[in-house]
Amino acid sequence: MSNSANIKIIDEKCTGCTLCVKVCPFGAIEMKDKKAVIDLSKCTLCGACVEACKFEAIILKKSDEKKVDFSLYKDVWVFCEQKKGEIQSISYELLGKGRELADKLGVDLCGILLGDKINDKCQDLIARGADKIYLVESPKLSAYQDEPYTEVLTRLVQKYKPEIVLCGATVIGRSLISRVAVKVRAGLTADCTGLDIDPDEKLLLQTRPAFGGNIMATIITPNTRPQMSTVRHKVMKEMDPSSGRKGEIVKEEFPDDVYLSRSMLLDIVEEVEETINLTEADIIVSGGRGLGAPENFSIIRELALTLNAAVGASRSAVDADWIPYSHQVGQTGKTVCPKLYIACGISGQIQHLIGMKSSDVIVAINKDPDAPIFSVATYGIVEDLFKVVPKLTEHFKKILGK
Amino acid sequence: MKILVLIKQVPETTDVKIDPVTNTLKREGVQSIINPFDMYAIEEALRIKERLGGGEVVAISMGPPQAKDALAEAISMGCDSAVLLSDRKFAGSDTYATSYTLSQAVRKIGDFKIILCGKQASDGDTAQVGPGISTHLDIPQVTYVKKIEELTPDKARVERMTEEGYDIIEIPLPAVFTVVKEINEPRLPSLKGKMRAKKAEIPVWTAEDISCDEEKIGLDGSPTRVVKVFTPPPREGGQILEGEPEEVARQLAEFLKDVVVG
Repeated sequence: MSNSANIKIIDEKCTGCTLCVKVCPFGAIEMKDKKAVIDLSKCTLCGACVEACKFEAIILKKSDEKKVDFSLYKDVWVFCEQKKGEIQSISYELLGKGRELADKLGVDLCGILLGDKINDKCQDLIARGADKIYLVESPKLSAYQDEPYTEVLTRLVQKYKPEIVLCGATVIGRSLISRVAVKVRAGLTADCTGLDIDPDEKLLLQTRPAFGGNIMATIITPNTRPQMSTVRHKVMKEMDPSSGRKGEIVKEEFPDDVYLSRSMLLDIVEEVEETINLTEADIIVSGGRGLGAPENFSIIRELALTLNAAVGASRSAVDADWIPYSHQVGQTGKTVCPKLYIACGISGQIQHLIGMKSSDVIVAINKDPDAPIFSVATYGIVEDLFKVVPKLTEHFKKILGK
Repeated sequence: MKILVLIKQVPETTDVKIDPVTNTLKREGVQSIINPFDMYAIEEALRIKERLGGGEVVAISMGPPQAKDALAEAISMGCDSAVLLSDRKFAGSDTYATSYTLSQAVRKIGDFKIILCGKQASDGDTAQVGPGISTHLDIPQVTYVKKIEELTPDKARVERMTEEGYDIIEIPLPAVFTVVKEINEPRLPSLKGKMRAKKAEIPVWTAEDISCDEEKIGLDGSPTRVVKVFTPPPREGGQILEGEPEEVARQLAEFLKDVVVG
């Protein structure tokens, strides 16, 4: 045990205040004879108790910390996701945040762009904040595939040594960056809602929700580089494009074997109903069990159409086969963070709330005054949705001149 | 065909609540369950076995000793056997160390064709462990699988859910698949299954048993480190609009004017 990580309580310093017991997310601390005792079979060494203890009575020790020289690693990178040659909006959001981090560190912000015949998009990324673009073009990179994308990004990281790499927490981003992180043995933190630079150590401070947003954790990557994070849609703000910005474009080429893929992408199918991508939408109108029947989703769609919004649904509406799973918001569906979320006839089970409660403004329309959805609502209306929603659509039409 | 299902025991999130007085996490009476997404992975493994008319499904979990309960439940659903990876040395593992540790167990079992995982765990929500395992093992993967269309002993054709629809991908085996809810409806354990689970011996493997490089496991093997854990500020209390439907609709539209015109 002496040379591996461990945690212990110094009995002489422990006052039995029970603060550590309360903050432990894993229920691993108990009081015995007025002293805290850690159940090591439950403890995950997360350090929440160390932070909470006012008497420095808990020591978390990592074995022989090695000081590594990271002076070769610099610049902030953003993986710029493209589909069918179009830059995805998440990339602009990441460039906005990346610009801020690069300025704090005094380094360049670099956009990483992989695709086929896509060099005309570089200026767009520069206008959105990038100082430099690493561009890799090949017909083999036209659509995302795990293996060639992983190999190319890994080689770029090894060659140019960025200190930070940001990537969207999208289907593509999560699949890709998890592989790259393992290949280069870097730390990777998922779904960060806050990113900042520690002013003393210059480390990336990554804050993310855990346990369905019930607790927040700040995570660092002290001993490896790059420091990698994924970020969900709509969490970071994009920069206003400035067409006058200048930047450098670095073209990279690789031997053919780098582009090899054991799996083969046969087809990309777009489902017609999904007119507006749920995770990218600024406004979402969601329907639940209160709609009573699948055809009643029409009043949700009507409101959504008026607001140029996406249509969401609760799990129970999806399980009843009223609407496809791709519309489901919540723990086993999608996590969304729009500017406005309108929940109609949704009671607000915790699993649903987890998926939408970080929305800027939440409206709840439900006839049950005790529905949990009202606990997170900015505006609540206790009324039959069939009476309110059509009227709401009318009023919005007036406001929007439709 | 040997199919491995990797599962995680998680707290039933519904029960993780914030105490409004102390603003801390209430843990009393928190039940542990199999991560909801892993239930679909177990079900899919069982369906593959049924579809091919044979095979062996092995459930693997890494966690504290009590994670045996999750593995017993997997057996009660129909998994043939289970292994628990449990060692104090694994404590504090991040997704790098976790995917390394699981991949070492997979190597020890060997001779597999398919590894199934849920797309992410409900407590950590990272979706990083599945892709991490395929990378450690250097085998191909498909994430967010919503359907296995075709399956032979050497290859599979699957649908990967995307933001806009789905991709159709052909992939040689062995491979890692992480699955989404849409793929199936998990079965309930049968009475016979429950009896079998009760009698089943679930071996516990330590770091040594799976030949782990100690520099890659647990807190020491984890590149990331939690420096602070805190409860988010509670959402500000909202406003209930009262009146006739016509009136509340007008009021609400007015309040939201800036957002919708924005």
